[in-house]
Amino acid sequence: MEQVPETKATATMERLLPGQSPVLTPGHTLETITDKIVSIVLRRPVTLGWLGGFAFFFGLLNMMLFAMAYLFYRGVGIWGINIPVGWGFAIVNFVWWVGIGHAGTLISAILLLLKQGWRNSINRFAEAMTLFAVACAGVFPLIHTGRPWLAYWLFPYPNTMGVWPQFRSPLLWDVFAVSTYATISALFWFVGLIPDLATFRDTAKNPVAKVIYGLLAMGWRGSARHWKRYESAYILLAGLATPLVLSVHTVVSFDFAISIIPGWHTTVFPPYFVAGAIYSGFAMVLVLAIPIRKFYGVEDMMTLRHLDNAAKVMLGTGLIVAYGYTMEAFYAYYSGNAYELFMFKNRMLGPMAWSYWCLILFNILIPQILWIRKVRLNPGMLFGTSLVILFGMWLERFVIVVTSLHRDFLPSSWGMYVATRWDYAVFAGTLGLFFCAMFLFVRLMPMITIFEMRMLLPQSKLSEEVAAND
Amino acid sequence: MTEHGFVPYPVLHGVVAEFTTPDGLVSACKKARAAGYRRMDAYTPFPIEEAAEAIGFEKTQVPLLTLCGGILGGLSGYLLQYWVNTSAYPMNIGGRPLHSWPPFIIITFEMTILFAGITAVVSMLTLSGLPQPYHPIFNHPRFTAASRDRFFLCIEAADPKFDLAETTLFLQTTDAIDVAEVAD
Repeated sequence: MEQVPETKATATMERLLPGQSPVLTPGHTLETITDKIVSIVLRRPVTLGWLGGFAFFFGLLNMMLFAMAYLFYRGVGIWGINIPVGWGFAIVNFVWWVGIGHAGTLISAILLLLKQGWRNSINRFAEAMTLFAVACAGVFPLIHTGRPWLAYWLFPYPNTMGVWPQFRSPLLWDVFAVSTYATISALFWFVGLIPDLATFRDTAKNPVAKVIYGLLAMGWRGSARHWKRYESAYILLAGLATPLVLSVHTVVSFDFAISIIPGWHTTVFPPYFVAGAIYSGFAMVLVLAIPIRKFYGVEDMMTLRHLDNAAKVMLGTGLIVAYGYTMEAFYAYYSGNAYELFMFKNRMLGPMAWSYWCLILFNILIPQILWIRKVRLNPGMLFGTSLVILFGMWLERFVIVVTSLHRDFLPSSWGMYVATRWDYAVFAGTLGLFFCAMFLFVRLMPMITIFEMRMLLPQSKLSEEVAAND
Repeated sequence: MTEHGFVPYPVLHGVVAEFTTPDGLVSACKKARAAGYRRMDAYTPFPIEEAAEAIGFEKTQVPLLTLCGGILGGLSGYLLQYWVNTSAYPMNIGGRPLHSWPPFIIITFEMTILFAGITAVVSMLTLSGLPQPYHPIFNHPRFTAASRDRFFLCIEAADPKFDLAETTLFLQTTDAIDVAEVAD
């Protein structure tokens, strides 16, 4: 442990650069951390603002259910898709939502393995974000099949029809990758919650809440033996989730890259999809964290340092994405393939050119303001930039899916794509699903990992003579 | 215990010492182990690896079981695809080999992760005996603080060296702010 000068003493005993915010504002103790996080759920009354926000997103969610009911009644013809653009909003939204989930796993697993202490206060709600984003993503492949009640045919099980799924198809890889991802994310999230649920059980005054949190905590008592197994399982899950999260968006990119459509058939897809996923995911983390830290007064636990770090990750992954776009153009030029060349010219100058140039503006040009330190430390500016990036990343998938499909090899089979109101209704509906779940989550579960915040405190560290004395 | 199953007086679970710092707890654990106590447990609001080591719990089985789960998952993923493609439902697509292993790797990988992850969590819970609706340590009047800001060391009555008076005296020589008996 490095020596920390008294004047710079922080809650976490870290050494700060001049002007840098600490990860945890000084003055916290084991009690204050516990009380603060617990009181958000157990002591704070339900406010009008929360109710209003929840009602709005619940309305959107119901709109999705209505749009889906009509979809099942009429079929996918109510959407804008047709030949040649058979993959419209459904795939765009699926890829967008899966990508958003990736930042949660990055924060909780990869930053844990890299021993980044600042992740401790944002990992819990980032994991929740992952879970809900994957749920939203899961909606689309299911409903775009047209006959969602037969979706179980995708799973390998012995059946009376005597058929088995095609294991060489990227669409089947998707089924395995996304369902594994959802399962592991849920396990990771729940395992992380167990000790905090025990804290809730021990602090709750309402007998019903006590019983529910008690059941969920499963009798956790903080035994040293249990902690040891717990830590072991947690780090293993992090180690497993790390390659998993990279594989998931790689597999999603295979849906495109394995095909022969011009603009899809490139080897740059897997890495640049993964970078784009983390890019949009961190934007969503900021879109959630900035209002949460303000409305729930946890600015001392989610400090400007977190926002700054998240902005830097966005800047880095954004540059990888920019490299991906450049390489796409270079491949088209260097391949000398007439269809690839035409695809790119059409993407930049064709009828969908607006989407390409908006993408460059939102995803590459505007985010460059994150180089400026003042912007990274200004929550309002960061919030705006994050929204721009989220929209840009959605456009990226739109550009990939639609501009590649609408003019492929034969001019006689060219077409246009216009989304209908039902496309928009389902997309807005998944936003409702996502934010409804987030609203419930911040009111029902500890949104900051209490036990990991305790570990940030200097009084939680053993003194050297006790630790060494063997 | 009488023939009716009636317990005339509370059976002792152990003697519990309460600490305010991790240092106090860990040094008491080390002392207790040096004094010959074996059946004891420490309770803390966050993981303290040294506490587990000090009470003599060095190794967990979780990593080994997770490895086994991962191998099982990978094997079952690959063998399922192999069996389906070569015997259950062989499909000749463009004359490619039925056992075309490269595309099988992806699902094999996903199944490895899935099985390993589930094994890690299930083995962690099962080895710890969770879920467990009742445990005598919760009879301690201030045990709710163990999930908050206090550290507890329990020397259990089942320990061969346990003696109520002697063990209580021993725990009082540590930095404990309180030593209490806990009923089973």
